[in-house]
Amino acid sequence: MKKAINRPEDVVVEALRGMEAAHPDRLRVSYEPKFITRADAPVRGKVALVSGGGSGHEPLHGGFVGPGMLDAACPGEVFTSPTPDQVEAATRAVDGGQGALHIIKNYTGDVLNFETAADLCRAEGLEVEAVLVNDDVAVEDSLFTAGRRGVGTTVLLEKIAGAAAERGQDLATVASLARRVNEEGRSFGMAFTSCTVPSAGKPTFDLGPDEIELGIGIHGEPGRERTTNRPARELVEQMAETVLGDLPFAKGDRVIAMLNGMGGTPLLELYLLYGEFARLAADRGLLVERNLVGDYITSLEMQGFSLTLLRVDDAMVELWDDPVLTPGLRWGG
Amino acid sequence: MAVTTGNIVSWIAALASTYGEQQSYLTELDAAIGDADHGSNMARGFAAARDDLQGDPPETPAAALKRVAMVLMKTVGGASGPLYGTFFLKAATTCPQANELNGDQLLEALAAGTEGVQQRGKAEVGDKTMVDALVPAVEALRESRTAGEEPAAMLAAAATAAEAGRDSTYPLVARKGRASYLGERSRDHLDPGATSTALLLAAARDHLAA
Repeated sequence: MKKAINRPEDVVVEALRGMEAAHPDRLRVSYEPKFITRADAPVRGKVALVSGGGSGHEPLHGGFVGPGMLDAACPGEVFTSPTPDQVEAATRAVDGGQGALHIIKNYTGDVLNFETAADLCRAEGLEVEAVLVNDDVAVEDSLFTAGRRGVGTTVLLEKIAGAAAERGQDLATVASLARRVNEEGRSFGMAFTSCTVPSAGKPTFDLGPDEIELGIGIHGEPGRERTTNRPARELVEQMAETVLGDLPFAKGDRVIAMLNGMGGTPLLELYLLYGEFARLAADRGLLVERNLVGDYITSLEMQGFSLTLLRVDDAMVELWDDPVLTPGLRWGG
Repeated sequence: MAVTTGNIVSWIAALASTYGEQQSYLTELDAAIGDADHGSNMARGFAAARDDLQGDPPETPAAALKRVAMVLMKTVGGASGPLYGTFFLKAATTCPQANELNGDQLLEALAAGTEGVQQRGKAEVGDKTMVDALVPAVEALRESRTAGEEPAAMLAAAATAAEAGRDSTYPLVARKGRASYLGERSRDHLDPGATSTALLLAAARDHLAA
């Protein structure tokens, strides 16, 4: 294993120190327990948005803390959910008197830890609502599994719900908007290579030189199907068809599209892939209102990408365009 | 022979060593059908629990179990943190005043812990989770107690049943937790959670009634 680290057990805390050093004007970092808040938290009279999850998906979630997006993020160990004490302390730190929305990616560990944290918060008199993101169409039979995983739509949801909270909308309104974003979003991911968790020291799975894994999550877990590599155009077609057929998206639908890198894919290739997607979208009569191309929800150094489509209306596009000022996403204002 | 507070402290210390030694093995099992963090999470959590108990020895079994629960919830992460934390927390609630646990109390504590795990994780036997090792272990404790056995023999029976439960997960398709995403591909692997639970019961056999 070759990684830019000191000791595997110190990776998360040392990365937090770096975030604090890089963004002293924007972020505050707590180390015991670990969480990141926006520098001006708590914002009185505003619904607080709290998310979190395993580390290794940066910029998600810590990189999306700031005005117009999250109030707090709780990083767990690499690919391991944060613990209830972190989430409870973060929620208390950013509560502005209007309650908090917990944004949870649907992974068993995250759900169990956030549920336990919400119990702790409510026992202290804090108002907490939760939204579960479960947008991964690669999970076919969700009846006999832990359900669909939460992946790319999380990024779009944190932006849109964050804008609504920043406008002063109340907890019930922000929570119901967040749930609607989840219902309208779908994602699918693939990998060319595995990734290496620092504490494990070797790749999570092995792929042959010409093999790819379709339908991956974001933790280096194997996906839906192992197959042979193929040209980018065919990959995008296959993945986009799976996403489009699931909601289903129809001709004339307006969408926000995210072509996301898994951490080890060059931007050159991500743009090439987005070009393929844009052509396909035009063919199908989809109106791509806004897009993101780059690394937003990653899996350490994995080579691969994911496609997320969110069906939007005017209100969602307006919220999307609202100012945002975070390390990972920044415009307007 | 009853289970003392000191037995519980030794049990947790033994688990810290066991999970430390088995860290790579558990992580390997988890890499096959999960996300490759179970070994390091369990090793970190139980080392912290051991240090906590040894740093300030608890006075009763309930106090010891509750302290272990809180440390595990804070340090393990993943699904295992709240699940193992709930196991010890629920076990602690059954014996608030006891200075030591007789066979009935031991059974009651471990049965309550197991019910807590099932409620939090919503898993049944056959879902390929830690429940596949825990439930048979509690059944063995109960049968053994009904037959008039004391904690040492009860725990020996429970450890054997947990190991059989662990082995029963090998051919199963996972229906809960991250392994469930693999569907058929989760077959022919031991479940990492059932494996760490079997280790928990083996250490209980060796240390809880010593």
